[in-house]
Amino acid sequence: MSMSMLSAPFTRSDSQVQGIMTAVILALVPATAFGLVIFGWPALFLWAVTLLSALAFEAGCLALAGKPVRAILPDGSAVLSGWLVAMTLPPWAPWWIGVVGAGIAIVVGKQVFGGLGQNPFNPAMLARVALLVAFPLEMTTWAVPSLPFSSSAPGLFDSLAITFAGAPAADGMTGPTLIGNWKTELSQGRGLSESLMSGPYDVVASILGWKAGSLGETSSLLVALGGLWLLKKKIITWHIPVSLLTTVALLAGVFALIDGERYAGPIFHLTSGAVMLAAFFIATDYVTSPSSPAGQLLFGAGCGLFIFVIRTWGAYPEGAGFSVLLMNALTPVIDHYVRPRIYGRDLKGRPLDLPGGRR
Amino acid sequence: MAAFKLFSFGASGKIRGGVHPEPRKQATSDRPIETAFPLPPLLYLSLQQHAGQPAEPVVRVGERVLKGQLLAAGQGTISAPVHAPTSGVVTDILDYPAAHPSALPTPTLLLEPDGEDRWIETQEVADPFSLPPEEISARVGAAGVVGMGGAAFPSAVKLNLGRKTKIQTLLINGGECEPYLTCDDRLMRERAADIVDGILIMLHGLECNQAIVGIEDNKPEAYAAMREAAAPHGGKVDVRQVPSLYPMGWDKQLIRYFTGKEVPAGGRSADVGVLMHNVATAYAVQQAVRYGKPLVSRVVTVSGSAVAAPRNVEAPIGTLLADLLAFCGHRPDDTASYVMGGPMMGDSLPHPKVPLVKGTCGILALSPQEVAVSDAKACIRCSRCVSACPAGLLPLEMMARIRAGQLESALGYGLKDCISCGSCSYVCPSEIPLVHYFKYASGELVAREQMKHRTEQTKRLAEERQARFERHKREQAALAAQRKAQAQQRKAEEAA
Repeated sequence: MSMSMLSAPFTRSDSQVQGIMTAVILALVPATAFGLVIFGWPALFLWAVTLLSALAFEAGCLALAGKPVRAILPDGSAVLSGWLVAMTLPPWAPWWIGVVGAGIAIVVGKQVFGGLGQNPFNPAMLARVALLVAFPLEMTTWAVPSLPFSSSAPGLFDSLAITFAGAPAADGMTGPTLIGNWKTELSQGRGLSESLMSGPYDVVASILGWKAGSLGETSSLLVALGGLWLLKKKIITWHIPVSLLTTVALLAGVFALIDGERYAGPIFHLTSGAVMLAAFFIATDYVTSPSSPAGQLLFGAGCGLFIFVIRTWGAYPEGAGFSVLLMNALTPVIDHYVRPRIYGRDLKGRPLDLPGGRR
Repeated sequence: MAAFKLFSFGASGKIRGGVHPEPRKQATSDRPIETAFPLPPLLYLSLQQHAGQPAEPVVRVGERVLKGQLLAAGQGTISAPVHAPTSGVVTDILDYPAAHPSALPTPTLLLEPDGEDRWIETQEVADPFSLPPEEISARVGAAGVVGMGGAAFPSAVKLNLGRKTKIQTLLINGGECEPYLTCDDRLMRERAADIVDGILIMLHGLECNQAIVGIEDNKPEAYAAMREAAAPHGGKVDVRQVPSLYPMGWDKQLIRYFTGKEVPAGGRSADVGVLMHNVATAYAVQQAVRYGKPLVSRVVTVSGSAVAAPRNVEAPIGTLLADLLAFCGHRPDDTASYVMGGPMMGDSLPHPKVPLVKGTCGILALSPQEVAVSDAKACIRCSRCVSACPAGLLPLEMMARIRAGQLESALGYGLKDCISCGSCSYVCPSEIPLVHYFKYASGELVAREQMKHRTEQTKRLAEERQARFERHKREQAALAAQRKAQAQQRKAEEAA
């Protein structure tokens, strides 16, 4: 007899871990499919390699730990981690980047802490940041989008060479990302209007995702739509996405008003890089974010703040990964100090006063 | 997907947490209360069917009793008497398994019905409102009325408490938020006038002017019937709808919803000027005060997939739940679990051969498909339990600490404020039996406290013994010294 039978409740909702993971994966499908289409075969290979290695690492770790692989592997968490890692990789990165990324995410990011639910840091972000630090060249070589089967899209065999043999992509197939370009130009003393004129910035293309960038995060629109669907399905709550996006937008707006030549505005910040992915899929990771609604608001605001600060004044082009990891480290502290008010008690946990001031 | 709500804001915006379990009430809600339940061959009257001290038998084995006759009197300040549910012969007083998960034997009086169902002479009151207010709780107490929503707290004690503190609002709980249960729903539909009469009688006894009846909006017929019954009384009994949300029947939730007041931790509803009773209790109060009828039967929901003809039955107290189930076409082979009460907070019974008590609102025979059983998985910290908790606790944090053996630390997260409503366990996607952890931890802390107390007492006794021993030694030594001195003195005198 299972323990849950001994004690009430004797009924339960049909929400299951596997179902939650599946929903998140489904929400990632549109943005990923778009990335696979515009970045072609190499992106598909890299995505598949990353996913399969994540599953393999998870199975290996579970087996080593003596846990029931068949029972735990289908929970979907490894697939989701692998998928998220793949989404943040440059689409034409060599295969081993995917394998190493999945390995860092699953082994270092999750299993060494005891598996699902035990890890302090978001596994996918840990992998991305580690790869960025260890392999800066491979992690910042960006493919430019091209229509499927067009002359600028690599063929099947060229693609196999790009992903599995480390063949360099032909000239004109790669280019800088928006944020990367903006930061380079700024460092060379050129103002924003000039750099955006010369660069590839186009608001509509940026929102839709027709730009150089990571495999699954270029289309901020599709990522956001997936996120909104998760909100509607009540898989995630509004607290983290809203506070994160609002903080980024507010900071960007204020600084753009102060000096529009040095600071990009809210639209630019919200539609480029991994902001949307972070807001809806990364920062909202249950395991590594605070558990109270108020704590989640604080957490999201912190992520937004660090994203803006790192993007604007930091050495790395993109701040989402670092920001989320920083806030992950603060999650236990937030959870300790920010708790819901208990019925009949004040915020400090003391019993409320009786009417008339009696205690 | 049976959805849970992140934040459920009611009309007044005061509801926090809560879940929406599948109601499963349709099986019994449309069938009138069955009053033709045949008298069972033997009634098992537990002498402990209320919170507080067990009742003390006042009849002898072999004695012939009439329906409504006092069988056992209340003992101490918190207790309730037990009366004969029918006429017959007291055949035994023994220890019999209680209607409790442990089924531990409790003092039980066996009554063999004679089939005549003959009442004692009851003291009817033509106009209860002419009685002095304190007489109301006296009559309620003498009739053995206890809270019929499940808590089984002696109603007279509560009414007396209300007399000591000024009560502004009498809340009547017609929420019945537990799945399956419809006994209150049916009672409100069929006996609304009597319930409203009972409410007015309680108001008279409390010298209070305002009663609010809260009925979940999934019971429109009950709401309509109660409104109609309350209409002639000029707003004294205010019948209102509340959102269908579990645990809406939690007294403190309803108090916050209707009055905006919060009962301070460790306090009672009366502290904020509110008293809450269940609709079935109001009915029993009316029967007791107006007709002098003690509480000897109740309406109970018999349901679950392993029951062929689920329905509400008005049955004598002391009926074996197995007899009730059999009356409704029970299929034992199809039963995975017996639940007394509702599935959210009810008790699992090892077998149904236990008696119906005054607080029993339902007996469910659940089929294997209805009892979701699977092994708990790892907590993914999704915080659904946090959103679901009506008390504002952090179930996942408490669970993690209890698992790590840090029970004291779990206290800091409000372990003592947990009402065991089961909302957290209900929504947990990892199927972790959270409430089970909390009940275990609370029990363990109480046990530790007692152990500490015992250790201290033992230590104190040992110290006292040591002190006594040493005092005795000192006294002996002093005595010896004195004798020695006397002897020496004598010697000196003799020598002189």
